[in-house]
Amino acid sequence: MADAGFLELGGVCKGYGTGDARSEVLADIDLSVARGELVCIVGYSGAGKTTLVSMMAGLTAPDRGTITLAGKPVTGPGAERGVVFQNYSLLPWLTAFENVYLAVDQRFAEWPKEKKRAHATQHLALVNLAAARDKRPSELSGGMRQRVALARALAADPEVLLMDEPLSALDALTRATLQDEIARIWETSKKTIVLITNDVDEALLLADRIIPLSVGPAATFGPAIAVPIPRPRDRKSMNHDARFKAVRNEVIAYLLGPGRRRGEADRAAAPVALANASESGAEVAA
Amino acid sequence: MTTKTKPRFDASAIFLPALAVLLLLMLWAMTSSTLSKNLPSPAKTWEVSKPFVTAPFEKRGELDQGVARFAWYSLLLVAKGYAIALLLGAPLGFILGWSKLFAKSFDPIIQVLRPVSPLAWLPLGLVLFEKSHPAALFTIAICAMWPTVLNTALGVRSIPQDYLNVARVLQLSPTKTFFKVLLPAALPYMFTGFRLSLGIAWLVIVAVEMLTGTPGIGGFLWQEYNSLIYEHIILCILTIGIVGFVLDRLMSAVEHRLKAA
Repeated sequence: MADAGFLELGGVCKGYGTGDARSEVLADIDLSVARGELVCIVGYSGAGKTTLVSMMAGLTAPDRGTITLAGKPVTGPGAERGVVFQNYSLLPWLTAFENVYLAVDQRFAEWPKEKKRAHATQHLALVNLAAARDKRPSELSGGMRQRVALARALAADPEVLLMDEPLSALDALTRATLQDEIARIWETSKKTIVLITNDVDEALLLADRIIPLSVGPAATFGPAIAVPIPRPRDRKSMNHDARFKAVRNEVIAYLLGPGRRRGEADRAAAPVALANASESGAEVAA
Repeated sequence: MTTKTKPRFDASAIFLPALAVLLLLMLWAMTSSTLSKNLPSPAKTWEVSKPFVTAPFEKRGELDQGVARFAWYSLLLVAKGYAIALLLGAPLGFILGWSKLFAKSFDPIIQVLRPVSPLAWLPLGLVLFEKSHPAALFTIAICAMWPTVLNTALGVRSIPQDYLNVARVLQLSPTKTFFKVLLPAALPYMFTGFRLSLGIAWLVIVAVEMLTGTPGIGGFLWQEYNSLIYEHIILCILTIGIVGFVLDRLMSAVEHRLKAA
Protein backbone atom coordinates (compact mmCIF):
# COMPACT_ATOMS: atom_id res chain seq x y z
CA MET A 1 0.00 0.00 0.00
CA ALA A 2 1.25 3.43 -0.88
CA ASP A 3 2.49 5.78 1.79
CA ALA A 4 2.93 3.19 4.50
CA GLY A 5 3.71 4.65 7.88
CA PHE A 6 1.41 7.62 7.47
CA LEU A 7 0.50 7.53 11.17
CA GLU A 8 3.37 6.14 13.21
CA LEU A 9 3.67 5.33 16.89
CA GLY A 10 7.09 4.23 18.10
CA GLY A 11 7.77 2.84 21.58
CA VAL A 12 4.94 4.80 23.13
CA CYS A 13 4.54 4.39 26.90
CA LYS A 14 2.07 6.07 29.18
CA GLY A 15 1.41 5.72 32.89
CA TYR A 16 -0.18 7.66 35.70
CA GLY A 17 1.15 8.56 39.11
CA THR A 18 4.74 8.74 40.27
CA GLY A 19 7.11 6.58 42.30
CA ASP A 20 5.61 3.49 43.91
CA ALA A 21 2.09 4.62 43.09
CA ARG A 22 2.90 4.73 39.41
CA SER A 23 1.03 2.36 37.17
CA GLU A 24 1.89 1.78 33.55
CA VAL A 25 -1.17 1.91 31.33
CA LEU A 26 0.41 1.35 27.97
CA ALA A 27 3.87 -0.02 27.26
CA ASP A 28 5.91 -0.18 24.07
CA ILE A 29 3.14 0.62 21.65
CA ASP A 30 4.32 0.43 18.03
CA LEU A 31 1.90 1.13 15.25
CA SER A 32 2.15 2.01 11.60
CA VAL A 33 -0.99 2.92 9.73
CA ALA A 34 -0.93 3.46 5.97
CA ARG A 35 -2.79 6.33 4.33
CA GLY A 36 -6.35 5.27 3.58
CA GLU A 37 -6.17 2.23 5.81
CA LEU A 38 -8.86 1.27 8.29
CA VAL A 39 -7.26 -0.22 11.38
CA CYS A 40 -9.23 -1.61 14.30
CA ILE A 41 -7.67 -1.94 17.71
CA VAL A 42 -9.49 -4.55 19.78
CA GLY A 43 -8.87 -4.91 23.46
CA TYR A 44 -10.09 -5.37 26.98
CA SER A 45 -12.04 -2.70 28.83
CA GLY A 46 -9.76 -0.63 30.98
CA ALA A 47 -6.68 -1.60 28.99
CA GLY A 48 -5.94 2.02 28.06
CA LYS A 49 -7.70 2.27 24.71
CA THR A 50 -9.01 5.74 25.48
CA THR A 51 -5.56 6.83 26.63
CA LEU A 52 -4.22 5.61 23.30
CA VAL A 53 -6.75 7.70 21.35
CA SER A 54 -6.05 10.73 23.56
CA MET A 55 -2.37 10.51 22.71
CA MET A 56 -2.98 10.15 18.98
CA ALA A 57 -5.41 13.07 19.17
CA GLY A 58 -2.77 15.11 20.96
CA LEU A 59 -4.86 15.63 24.08
CA THR A 60 -2.23 13.95 26.25
CA ALA A 61 1.45 13.46 25.59
CA PRO A 62 3.12 10.04 25.85
CA ASP A 63 5.69 9.62 28.64
CA ARG A 64 8.09 8.01 26.21
CA GLY A 65 8.11 7.28 22.50
CA THR A 66 7.03 9.21 19.46
CA ILE A 67 3.85 9.79 17.49
CA THR A 68 4.14 11.18 13.99
CA LEU A 69 1.64 11.92 11.24
CA ALA A 70 3.06 12.16 7.72
CA GLY A 71 6.49 12.49 9.30
CA LYS A 72 5.56 15.42 11.54
CA PRO A 73 5.54 14.85 15.29
CA VAL A 74 2.18 15.13 17.03
CA THR A 75 2.48 17.69 19.83
CA GLY A 76 -1.13 18.75 20.33
CA PRO A 77 -4.58 18.56 18.79
CA GLY A 78 -4.70 19.32 15.10
CA ALA A 79 -7.28 19.75 12.38
CA GLU A 80 -5.71 16.91 10.38
CA ARG A 81 -6.86 14.50 13.10
CA GLY A 82 -10.60 14.21 13.73
CA VAL A 83 -11.84 12.50 16.87
CA VAL A 84 -15.12 10.70 17.56
CA PHE A 85 -15.50 10.20 21.28
CA GLN A 86 -17.12 7.23 22.97
CA ASN A 87 -19.75 9.36 24.72
CA TYR A 88 -20.51 11.56 21.66
CA SER A 89 -19.36 14.73 23.47
CA LEU A 90 -21.84 16.94 21.68
CA LEU A 91 -22.48 20.34 23.18
CA PRO A 92 -26.02 20.00 24.57
CA TRP A 93 -26.95 23.67 24.16
CA LEU A 94 -26.33 23.56 20.40
CA THR A 95 -28.52 21.89 17.76
CA ALA A 96 -27.17 19.09 15.61
CA PHE A 97 -26.46 21.61 12.88
CA GLU A 98 -24.77 24.06 15.24
CA ASN A 99 -22.55 21.32 16.65
CA VAL A 100 -21.33 20.49 13.16
CA TYR A 101 -21.15 24.16 12.17
CA LEU A 102 -18.89 24.92 15.13
CA ALA A 103 -16.26 22.60 13.66
CA VAL A 104 -16.72 23.91 10.12
CA ASP A 105 -16.55 27.53 11.26
CA GLN A 106 -13.27 26.90 13.03
CA ARG A 107 -11.67 24.76 10.34
CA PHE A 108 -12.70 26.83 7.34
CA ALA A 109 -12.80 30.26 8.94
CA GLU A 110 -11.97 31.99 5.67
CA TRP A 111 -14.94 30.56 3.76
CA PRO A 112 -18.02 32.72 3.20
CA LYS A 113 -20.81 31.98 5.63
CA GLU A 114 -23.11 30.41 3.04
CA LYS A 115 -20.42 27.95 2.01
CA LYS A 116 -19.78 26.98 5.63
CA ARG A 117 -23.49 26.43 6.24
CA ALA A 118 -23.83 24.35 3.09
CA HIS A 119 -20.81 22.28 4.10
CA ALA A 120 -22.28 21.56 7.55
CA THR A 121 -25.67 20.69 6.05
CA GLN A 122 -24.04 18.39 3.54
CA HIS A 123 -22.23 16.47 6.26
CA LEU A 124 -25.40 16.07 8.29
CA ALA A 125 -26.97 14.62 5.16
CA LEU A 126 -23.97 12.31 4.75
CA VAL A 127 -24.85 10.62 8.05
CA ASN A 128 -28.59 10.65 7.18
CA LEU A 129 -29.49 13.32 9.69
CA ALA A 130 -30.73 16.09 7.41
CA ALA A 131 -34.16 15.95 9.04
CA ALA A 132 -32.79 16.31 12.57
CA ARG A 133 -30.64 19.36 11.93
CA ASP A 134 -32.47 21.65 14.34
CA LYS A 135 -32.81 19.15 17.17
CA ARG A 136 -30.71 19.34 20.30
CA PRO A 137 -28.71 16.29 21.43
CA SER A 138 -31.20 15.63 24.23
CA GLU A 139 -33.91 15.11 21.61
CA LEU A 140 -31.81 12.61 19.65
CA SER A 141 -31.29 8.90 20.22
CA GLY A 142 -27.85 7.55 21.05
CA GLY A 143 -27.30 6.44 17.49
CA MET A 144 -28.32 9.82 16.11
CA ARG A 145 -26.02 11.61 18.55
CA GLN A 146 -23.11 9.51 17.42
CA ARG A 147 -23.99 10.32 13.81
CA VAL A 148 -23.81 14.02 14.65
CA ALA A 149 -20.43 13.45 16.30
CA LEU A 150 -19.30 11.59 13.19
CA ALA A 151 -20.55 14.40 10.96
CA ARG A 152 -18.76 16.95 13.12
CA ALA A 153 -15.49 15.06 12.83
CA LEU A 154 -15.86 14.49 9.08
CA ALA A 155 -16.93 18.07 8.33
CA ALA A 156 -13.55 19.36 9.48
CA ASP A 157 -12.10 17.19 6.69
CA PRO A 158 -9.38 15.49 8.72
CA GLU A 159 -6.76 13.25 7.18
CA VAL A 160 -7.13 10.72 9.97
CA LEU A 161 -10.28 9.84 11.85
CA LEU A 162 -9.71 8.52 15.37
CA MET A 163 -12.71 6.72 16.81
CA ASP A 164 -12.79 5.69 20.45
CA GLU A 165 -15.34 2.90 20.89
CA PRO A 166 -17.80 5.00 18.92
CA LEU A 167 -20.56 2.40 18.94
CA SER A 168 -20.12 0.68 22.28
CA ALA A 169 -22.91 2.64 23.99
CA LEU A 170 -25.46 1.72 21.32
CA ASP A 171 -27.91 -1.16 21.09
CA ALA A 172 -27.05 -3.99 18.72
CA LEU A 173 -29.37 -2.96 15.87
CA THR A 174 -28.26 0.66 15.88
CA ARG A 175 -24.67 -0.47 16.12
CA ALA A 176 -25.07 -2.66 13.03
CA THR A 177 -26.56 0.22 11.03
CA LEU A 178 -23.79 2.57 12.04
CA GLN A 179 -21.12 -0.01 11.29
CA ASP A 180 -22.45 -0.17 7.75
CA GLU A 181 -22.41 3.61 7.53
CA ILE A 182 -18.86 3.84 8.75
CA ALA A 183 -17.89 1.26 6.13
CA ARG A 184 -19.73 3.24 3.45
CA ILE A 185 -18.21 6.57 4.49
CA TRP A 186 -14.74 5.05 4.60
CA GLU A 187 -15.21 3.57 1.11
CA THR A 188 -16.27 6.90 -0.39
CA SER A 189 -13.98 9.26 1.52
CA LYS A 190 -10.96 6.94 1.70
CA LYS A 191 -9.91 8.55 4.94
CA THR A 192 -7.44 6.88 7.23
CA ILE A 193 -9.39 5.50 10.18
CA VAL A 194 -8.18 4.14 13.49
CA LEU A 195 -11.17 2.61 15.23
CA ILE A 196 -10.95 1.31 18.76
CA THR A 197 -13.45 -1.28 19.85
CA ASN A 198 -14.06 -4.11 22.27
CA ASP A 199 -16.22 -5.95 19.74
CA VAL A 200 -14.28 -8.47 17.65
CA ASP A 201 -17.06 -8.80 15.07
CA GLU A 202 -17.16 -5.06 14.57
CA ALA A 203 -13.47 -5.17 13.76
CA LEU A 204 -14.03 -8.14 11.40
CA LEU A 205 -16.63 -6.19 9.45
CA LEU A 206 -14.71 -2.96 9.17
CA ALA A 207 -10.97 -3.45 9.41
CA ASP A 208 -8.22 -3.91 6.89
CA ARG A 209 -6.10 -4.93 9.83
CA ILE A 210 -6.98 -5.88 13.39
CA ILE A 211 -4.51 -5.16 16.16
CA PRO A 212 -5.26 -6.81 19.48
CA LEU A 213 -4.38 -4.95 22.66
CA SER A 214 -3.40 -7.08 25.63
CA VAL A 215 -4.92 -6.72 29.05
CA GLY A 216 -3.52 -3.97 31.31
CA PRO A 217 -1.63 -2.75 33.22
CA ALA A 218 1.18 -2.03 30.79
CA ALA A 219 -1.01 -3.15 27.91
CA THR A 220 0.72 -3.61 24.59
CA PHE A 221 -0.14 -4.64 21.03
CA GLY A 222 -0.21 -8.21 19.87
CA PRO A 223 0.67 -9.14 16.29
CA ALA A 224 -1.42 -7.38 13.67
CA ILE A 225 -3.90 -9.64 11.91
CA ALA A 226 -4.86 -8.83 8.34
CA VAL A 227 -8.50 -9.23 7.32
CA PRO A 228 -8.29 -10.43 3.71
CA ILE A 229 -12.03 -10.41 3.12
CA PRO A 230 -13.39 -8.48 0.14
CA ARG A 231 -15.82 -5.64 0.67
CA PRO A 232 -18.68 -5.09 1.04
CA ARG A 233 -18.64 -7.65 3.83
CA ASP A 234 -21.83 -9.46 4.60
CA ARG A 235 -22.59 -9.67 8.29
CA LYS A 236 -25.04 -12.50 7.68
CA SER A 237 -22.27 -14.74 6.44
CA MET A 238 -20.02 -14.03 9.39
CA ASN A 239 -21.00 -17.12 11.31
CA HIS A 240 -20.39 -19.66 8.60
CA ASP A 241 -17.87 -18.07 6.26
CA ALA A 242 -14.55 -19.81 6.86
CA ARG A 243 -12.53 -16.63 6.29
CA PHE A 244 -14.40 -14.74 8.99
CA LYS A 245 -14.03 -17.67 11.33
CA ALA A 246 -10.31 -17.95 10.71
CA VAL A 247 -9.62 -14.29 11.49
CA ARG A 248 -11.95 -14.28 14.47
CA ASN A 249 -10.23 -17.33 15.92
CA GLU A 250 -6.85 -15.73 15.45
CA VAL A 251 -7.90 -12.54 17.26
CA ILE A 252 -9.59 -14.42 20.08
CA ALA A 253 -6.68 -16.82 20.40
CA TYR A 254 -4.40 -13.88 21.10
CA LEU A 255 -6.78 -12.04 23.43
CA LEU A 256 -7.48 -15.11 25.52
CA GLY A 257 -3.97 -16.49 25.24
CA PRO A 258 -0.83 -14.35 25.16
CA GLY A 259 -2.87 -11.14 25.50
CA ARG A 260 -4.16 -12.28 28.83
CA ARG A 261 -0.95 -13.69 30.28
CA ARG A 262 -0.38 -10.62 32.43
CA GLY A 263 -2.49 -12.23 35.10
CA GLU A 264 -4.89 -9.36 35.43
CA ALA A 265 -7.55 -10.81 33.21
CA ASP A 266 -9.92 -11.58 36.04
CA ARG A 267 -10.17 -7.93 36.87
CA ALA A 268 -10.68 -6.78 33.31
CA ALA A 269 -13.88 -7.40 31.47
CA ALA A 270 -13.39 -9.52 28.39
CA PRO A 271 -14.29 -7.98 25.05
CA VAL A 272 -18.00 -8.40 24.53
CA ALA A 273 -17.78 -10.55 21.48
CA LEU A 274 -15.69 -13.18 23.23
CA ALA A 275 -18.47 -14.42 25.44
CA ASN A 276 -20.79 -15.24 22.59
CA ALA A 277 -18.33 -15.38 19.73
CA SER A 278 -19.97 -18.40 18.20
CA GLU A 279 -23.39 -16.79 18.04
CA SER A 280 -22.54 -13.15 17.59
CA GLY A 281 -23.69 -11.69 14.35
CA ALA A 282 -26.90 -13.58 14.84
CA GLU A 283 -28.11 -10.91 17.23
CA VAL A 284 -27.79 -8.21 14.63
CA ALA A 285 -28.80 -10.22 11.62
CA ALA A 286 -31.94 -11.58 13.22
CA MET B 1 -62.30 1.86 33.80
CA THR B 2 -62.18 5.51 34.64
CA THR B 3 -60.74 7.84 32.07
CA LYS B 4 -59.71 11.14 33.53
CA THR B 5 -58.53 13.58 30.91
CA LYS B 6 -58.04 16.50 33.30
CA PRO B 7 -56.26 16.28 36.63
CA ARG B 8 -58.67 16.91 39.46
CA PHE B 9 -58.53 20.46 40.83
CA ASP B 10 -56.43 20.37 43.96
CA ALA B 11 -58.50 22.37 46.43
CA SER B 12 -56.07 21.77 49.26
CA ALA B 13 -53.43 23.88 47.48
CA ILE B 14 -55.62 26.95 48.06
CA PHE B 15 -57.57 25.87 51.10
CA LEU B 16 -54.66 24.91 53.36
CA PRO B 17 -52.57 28.08 52.91
CA ALA B 18 -55.73 30.18 53.39
CA LEU B 19 -56.41 28.35 56.63
CA ALA B 20 -52.83 28.99 57.79
CA VAL B 21 -53.15 32.70 57.03
CA LEU B 22 -56.40 32.84 58.97
CA LEU B 23 -54.75 31.12 61.91
CA LEU B 24 -51.86 33.56 61.88
CA LEU B 25 -54.23 36.54 61.74
CA MET B 26 -56.09 35.17 64.76
CA LEU B 27 -52.87 34.66 66.67
CA TRP B 28 -51.81 38.19 65.75
CA ALA B 29 -55.15 39.65 66.84
CA MET B 30 -55.00 37.76 70.13
CA THR B 31 -51.41 38.86 70.81
CA SER B 32 -52.18 42.51 70.11
CA SER B 33 -55.23 42.50 72.40
CA THR B 34 -53.63 40.63 75.30
CA LEU B 35 -49.85 40.30 75.45
CA SER B 36 -48.54 43.34 73.66
CA LYS B 37 -50.78 46.37 73.60
CA ASN B 38 -48.32 48.27 71.36
CA LEU B 39 -48.74 45.77 68.55
CA PRO B 40 -51.49 47.07 66.26
CA SER B 41 -54.30 44.64 65.54
CA PRO B 42 -54.83 43.31 62.00
CA ALA B 43 -57.95 45.44 61.57
CA LYS B 44 -56.17 48.58 62.76
CA THR B 45 -53.20 47.85 60.52
CA TRP B 46 -55.43 47.55 57.48
CA GLU B 47 -57.32 50.71 58.34
CA VAL B 48 -54.17 52.83 58.74
CA SER B 49 -52.38 51.27 55.75
CA LYS B 50 -55.34 51.46 53.40
CA PRO B 51 -54.39 54.70 51.57
CA PHE B 52 -50.89 53.32 50.92
CA VAL B 53 -52.19 50.08 49.49
CA THR B 54 -55.23 51.23 47.54
CA ALA B 55 -53.25 53.99 45.84
CA PRO B 56 -49.88 52.26 45.67
CA PHE B 57 -48.27 54.73 43.24
CA GLU B 58 -49.62 57.91 44.81
CA LYS B 59 -47.13 60.59 45.81
CA ARG B 60 -48.65 62.92 48.37
CA GLY B 61 -45.36 64.14 49.79
CA GLU B 62 -41.72 63.08 50.17
CA LEU B 63 -42.52 60.85 53.16
CA ASP B 64 -46.09 60.02 52.21
CA GLN B 65 -46.12 57.78 49.14
CA GLY B 66 -47.81 54.52 48.11
CA VAL B 67 -46.05 51.26 49.02
CA ALA B 68 -45.48 50.27 45.42
CA ARG B 69 -43.76 53.61 44.84
CA PHE B 70 -41.47 53.07 47.81
CA ALA B 71 -40.81 49.51 46.73
CA TRP B 72 -39.98 50.81 43.24
CA TYR B 73 -37.31 53.15 44.66
CA SER B 74 -35.82 50.25 46.55
CA LEU B 75 -35.91 48.05 43.47
CA LEU B 76 -34.06 50.66 41.43
CA LEU B 77 -31.31 50.83 44.02
CA VAL B 78 -31.18 47.05 44.25
CA ALA B 79 -30.97 46.76 40.46
CA LYS B 80 -27.90 49.00 40.37
CA GLY B 81 -26.16 47.30 43.28
CA TYR B 82 -27.08 43.86 41.94
CA ALA B 83 -25.72 44.71 38.50
CA ILE B 84 -22.41 45.68 40.10
CA ALA B 85 -22.46 42.44 42.12
CA LEU B 86 -22.89 40.35 38.95
CA LEU B 87 -20.30 42.30 36.98
CA LEU B 88 -17.75 41.75 39.73
CA GLY B 89 -18.91 38.33 40.93
CA ALA B 90 -19.20 36.42 37.66
CA PRO B 91 -15.67 37.15 36.37
CA LEU B 92 -14.22 36.57 39.83
CA GLY B 93 -16.05 33.25 40.01
CA PHE B 94 -14.76 32.28 36.58
CA ILE B 95 -11.15 32.92 37.58
CA LEU B 96 -11.70 31.14 40.87
CA GLY B 97 -13.16 28.10 39.12
CA TRP B 98 -10.56 28.03 36.38
CA SER B 99 -7.32 28.55 38.25
CA LYS B 100 -6.50 26.20 41.11
CA LEU B 101 -3.71 28.54 42.17
CA PHE B 102 -6.07 31.48 42.37
CA ALA B 103 -8.67 29.43 44.23
CA LYS B 104 -6.10 28.24 46.75
CA SER B 105 -4.84 31.78 47.32
CA PHE B 106 -8.12 33.62 47.60
CA ASP B 107 -10.51 31.08 49.04
CA PRO B 108 -9.70 31.88 52.70
CA ILE B 109 -10.24 35.59 52.10
CA ILE B 110 -13.59 34.93 50.47
CA GLN B 111 -14.66 32.64 53.28
CA VAL B 112 -13.83 35.37 55.80
CA LEU B 113 -15.51 38.21 53.91
CA ARG B 114 -18.61 36.26 52.96
CA PRO B 115 -20.35 36.17 56.36
CA VAL B 116 -19.80 39.88 57.09
CA SER B 117 -23.13 41.62 57.69
CA PRO B 118 -24.29 44.54 55.51
CA LEU B 119 -24.46 46.63 58.67
CA ALA B 120 -20.69 46.25 58.95
CA TRP B 121 -19.93 47.12 55.32
CA LEU B 122 -22.05 50.26 55.17
CA PRO B 123 -19.92 52.48 57.44
CA LEU B 124 -16.86 51.47 55.42
CA GLY B 125 -18.73 52.44 52.27
CA LEU B 126 -19.59 55.81 53.79
CA VAL B 127 -15.93 56.34 54.69
CA LEU B 128 -14.82 55.37 51.19
CA PHE B 129 -17.40 57.26 49.14
CA GLU B 130 -18.55 59.98 51.57
CA LYS B 131 -22.07 59.86 50.14
CA SER B 132 -24.93 57.58 51.03
CA HIS B 133 -25.91 56.57 47.47
CA PRO B 134 -22.57 55.06 46.36
CA ALA B 135 -22.09 53.66 49.86
CA ALA B 136 -25.45 51.89 49.51
CA LEU B 137 -24.46 50.46 46.12
CA PHE B 138 -21.11 49.34 47.52
CA THR B 139 -22.79 47.56 50.39
CA ILE B 140 -25.37 45.80 48.22
CA ALA B 141 -22.74 44.76 45.71
CA ILE B 142 -20.23 43.40 48.20
CA CYS B 143 -22.85 41.50 50.22
CA ALA B 144 -24.77 40.13 47.25
CA MET B 145 -21.91 38.97 45.06
CA TRP B 146 -20.73 35.93 47.05
CA PRO B 147 -23.33 33.40 45.89
CA THR B 148 -22.59 34.45 42.30
CA VAL B 149 -18.85 34.08 42.88
CA LEU B 150 -19.10 30.66 44.50
CA ASN B 151 -21.71 29.20 42.16
CA THR B 152 -19.90 30.45 39.07
CA ALA B 153 -16.70 28.88 40.37
CA LEU B 154 -18.57 25.63 41.01
CA GLY B 155 -20.09 25.82 37.52
CA VAL B 156 -16.70 26.27 35.90
CA ARG B 157 -15.20 23.45 37.93
CA SER B 158 -18.11 21.20 36.91
CA ILE B 159 -17.63 21.63 33.17
CA PRO B 160 -17.18 18.07 31.88
CA GLN B 161 -13.72 17.27 30.57
CA ASP B 162 -15.43 16.00 27.40
CA TYR B 163 -16.49 19.51 26.44
CA LEU B 164 -12.99 20.82 27.03
CA ASN B 165 -11.60 17.98 24.90
CA VAL B 166 -14.01 18.91 22.11
CA ALA B 167 -12.84 22.52 22.29
CA ARG B 168 -9.23 21.37 22.09
CA VAL B 169 -9.77 18.86 19.30
CA LEU B 170 -11.67 21.45 17.23
CA GLN B 171 -8.92 23.93 18.12
CA LEU B 172 -11.38 26.62 19.13
CA SER B 173 -9.83 30.00 19.87
CA PRO B 174 -9.85 31.12 23.51
CA THR B 175 -12.70 33.55 22.81
CA LYS B 176 -14.75 30.90 21.07
CA THR B 177 -13.98 28.33 23.75
CA PHE B 178 -15.23 30.80 26.32
CA PHE B 179 -18.47 31.84 24.59
CA LYS B 180 -19.35 28.55 22.90
CA VAL B 181 -18.24 26.05 25.54
CA LEU B 182 -17.32 27.38 28.98
CA LEU B 183 -20.03 29.98 29.43
CA PRO B 184 -22.99 27.86 28.26
CA ALA B 185 -21.74 24.92 30.33
CA ALA B 186 -21.44 27.00 33.50
CA LEU B 187 -24.58 29.10 32.97
CA PRO B 188 -27.09 26.92 34.86
CA TYR B 189 -24.88 27.03 37.97
CA MET B 190 -24.30 30.73 37.51
CA PHE B 191 -28.03 31.35 37.47
CA THR B 192 -28.45 29.62 40.79
CA GLY B 193 -25.87 32.09 42.08
CA PHE B 194 -27.68 35.00 40.43
CA ARG B 195 -30.95 34.02 42.12
CA LEU B 196 -29.37 33.71 45.57
CA SER B 197 -27.52 36.99 45.05
CA LEU B 198 -30.75 38.78 44.22
CA GLY B 199 -32.31 37.45 47.42
CA ILE B 200 -29.41 38.83 49.44
CA ALA B 201 -29.47 42.17 47.61
CA TRP B 202 -33.12 42.52 48.56
CA LEU B 203 -32.31 41.68 52.20
CA VAL B 204 -29.48 44.21 52.26
CA ILE B 205 -31.49 47.07 50.77
CA VAL B 206 -33.75 47.38 53.79
CA ALA B 207 -30.84 47.62 56.22
CA VAL B 208 -29.03 50.08 53.98
CA GLU B 209 -32.05 52.34 53.59
CA MET B 210 -32.73 52.29 57.30
CA LEU B 211 -29.19 53.40 58.06
CA THR B 212 -28.85 56.00 55.31
CA GLY B 213 -32.40 57.35 55.28
CA THR B 214 -32.71 56.78 51.55
CA PRO B 215 -36.34 56.93 50.37
CA GLY B 216 -37.56 53.40 49.75
CA ILE B 217 -39.46 50.67 51.48
CA GLY B 218 -36.79 50.24 54.18
CA GLY B 219 -36.40 53.98 54.70
CA PHE B 220 -40.16 54.31 55.02
CA LEU B 221 -40.23 51.52 57.61
CA TRP B 222 -37.62 53.24 59.77
CA GLN B 223 -39.24 56.64 59.43
CA GLU B 224 -42.66 55.30 60.46
CA TYR B 225 -41.05 53.60 63.46
CA ASN B 226 -39.63 56.96 64.49
CA SER B 227 -43.06 58.54 63.91
CA LEU B 228 -44.64 55.86 66.11
CA ILE B 229 -46.95 54.65 63.31
CA TYR B 230 -46.44 50.96 64.05
CA GLU B 231 -49.11 49.80 61.61
CA HIS B 232 -46.86 50.85 58.75
CA ILE B 233 -44.01 48.71 60.04
CA ILE B 234 -46.19 45.68 59.46
CA LEU B 235 -47.26 47.02 56.08
CA CYS B 236 -43.60 47.40 55.11
CA ILE B 237 -42.66 43.93 56.32
CA LEU B 238 -45.44 42.40 54.22
CA THR B 239 -44.46 44.46 51.17
CA ILE B 240 -40.78 43.49 51.50
CA GLY B 241 -41.74 39.85 51.82
CA ILE B 242 -44.06 39.85 48.84
CA VAL B 243 -41.60 41.67 46.57
CA GLY B 244 -38.81 39.31 47.62
CA PHE B 245 -41.04 36.32 46.93
CA VAL B 246 -41.97 37.59 43.46
CA LEU B 247 -38.31 38.27 42.59
CA ASP B 248 -37.33 34.77 43.63
CA ARG B 249 -40.16 33.21 41.60
CA LEU B 250 -39.15 35.17 38.51
CA MET B 251 -35.51 34.18 38.83
CA SER B 252 -36.24 30.54 39.42
CA ALA B 253 -38.54 30.50 36.39
CA VAL B 254 -35.62 31.71 34.25
CA GLU B 255 -33.31 29.25 35.97
CA HIS B 256 -35.60 26.32 35.21
CA ARG B 257 -35.81 27.28 31.58
CA LEU B 258 -32.03 27.38 31.39
CA LYS B 259 -31.63 24.02 33.06
CA ALA B 260 -34.21 22.41 30.84
CA ALA B 261 -32.43 23.60 27.72
